[in-house]
Amino acid sequence: MNEETTTPNRRDFLKSAAALAGITVAPGILLYSVSQAKPADQAVTSEQRWGMLIDVTQCTSGCDECVKACAVEHGITEATRPEIAAHWIRKVGLRDKQTGQEYSLPVLCQHCEYPPCADVCPTGASFKRTDGIVLVDKHICIGCRYCMMACPYKARSFIHETLENQKPHSPRGKGTVESCNFCVHRVDNGENPACVAACQQAGHEAMIFGDLNDPYSQIAEKLKTIKSTALRADMRLNPGVRYQGL
Amino acid sequence: MKIRYLLNTLGQLGIGILFSLVVQADEPVTSQHVPIPDPPEAKQHFSAEQACVEPVDIIRRNHGQFLKHQRDQTMHNGVRTQQHSLVECINCHVTPDDKGNYPSIHEGTQHFCRSCHAYAAVTIDCFQCHASKPEQATASQ
Repeated sequence: MNEETTTPNRRDFLKSAAALAGITVAPGILLYSVSQAKPADQAVTSEQRWGMLIDVTQCTSGCDECVKACAVEHGITEATRPEIAAHWIRKVGLRDKQTGQEYSLPVLCQHCEYPPCADVCPTGASFKRTDGIVLVDKHICIGCRYCMMACPYKARSFIHETLENQKPHSPRGKGTVESCNFCVHRVDNGENPACVAACQQAGHEAMIFGDLNDPYSQIAEKLKTIKSTALRADMRLNPGVRYQGL
Repeated sequence: MKIRYLLNTLGQLGIGILFSLVVQADEPVTSQHVPIPDPPEAKQHFSAEQACVEPVDIIRRNHGQFLKHQRDQTMHNGVRTQQHSLVECINCHVTPDDKGNYPSIHEGTQHFCRSCHAYAAVTIDCFQCHASKPEQATASQ
């Protein structure tokens, strides 16, 4: 038994081999996503838990690259009235009344371990995938909007108007509730969500996405060493999105 | 005697009706009376032996079940195989006309899905949310 626990197993060896390959391909750039892509015919498992770390100190107040990238990726167009516009990710400004210090940070679905939206959903449309991504199955969503009331992060939007020209990978339609899905179609292909890619491209590197359960992933390594906080940690929802420097 | 006569007449009538149906089926599809489905050609065959992802008689009858099963597998388990994926159906079956325009899902019978569903008077709501055109078309329009 002891031998089994101390000997590195085949999976860990392959992972570290993949990481090494990443280093040799391009020094300084680690291709973490390479080792995470799963075959298309395999179901997701609870071995992974996808999460995001947002470094508030790197996030600048005027920048909304992540919000724009999200709109492009999911075909989110402007609504006829701003009150009914869909927001999957929004930039929020905070100001400490005592010190006057200001923060700017993106807030999106926090992909809770214990999602209140899924708790209250009367049809089972809101659910958490085994790999931790919280989704709305719009095939069975009846548009009652209980989940919108239950979510403490105001992460969900209801679609009031008929939509056209949706993206093939992101079906959206009138009468259903929707929220950030961590770009699940990209994650299943081993890519980063669009907001994370846009943030990296803009040179801010304020967002990291990865597997919280994999001790060798970039996000897990960083969470081990820095102090991070969950929004409304008092609710004990254990969100998958965590913030650094807040 | 009377019954035999009756059956005989009915038989002749039946053959007559069948014959007229055959004649109508041979008429061009633009006939205003019978809008017989004329789905557009797909871009490619699934394999050398098989035209579609399942044998044609099976896919015609059961494509709804295949799509529904795949939908749940993808939504809940992240299975993203292409064989029964709606996106791949659209990519292969929805083709542009000579001018490069894609057929509308809302009107006419040129859209692959509509060509039969309009004929069978079946209302499908897939495309209230899902894209009815391949991605390149969505991007350019």
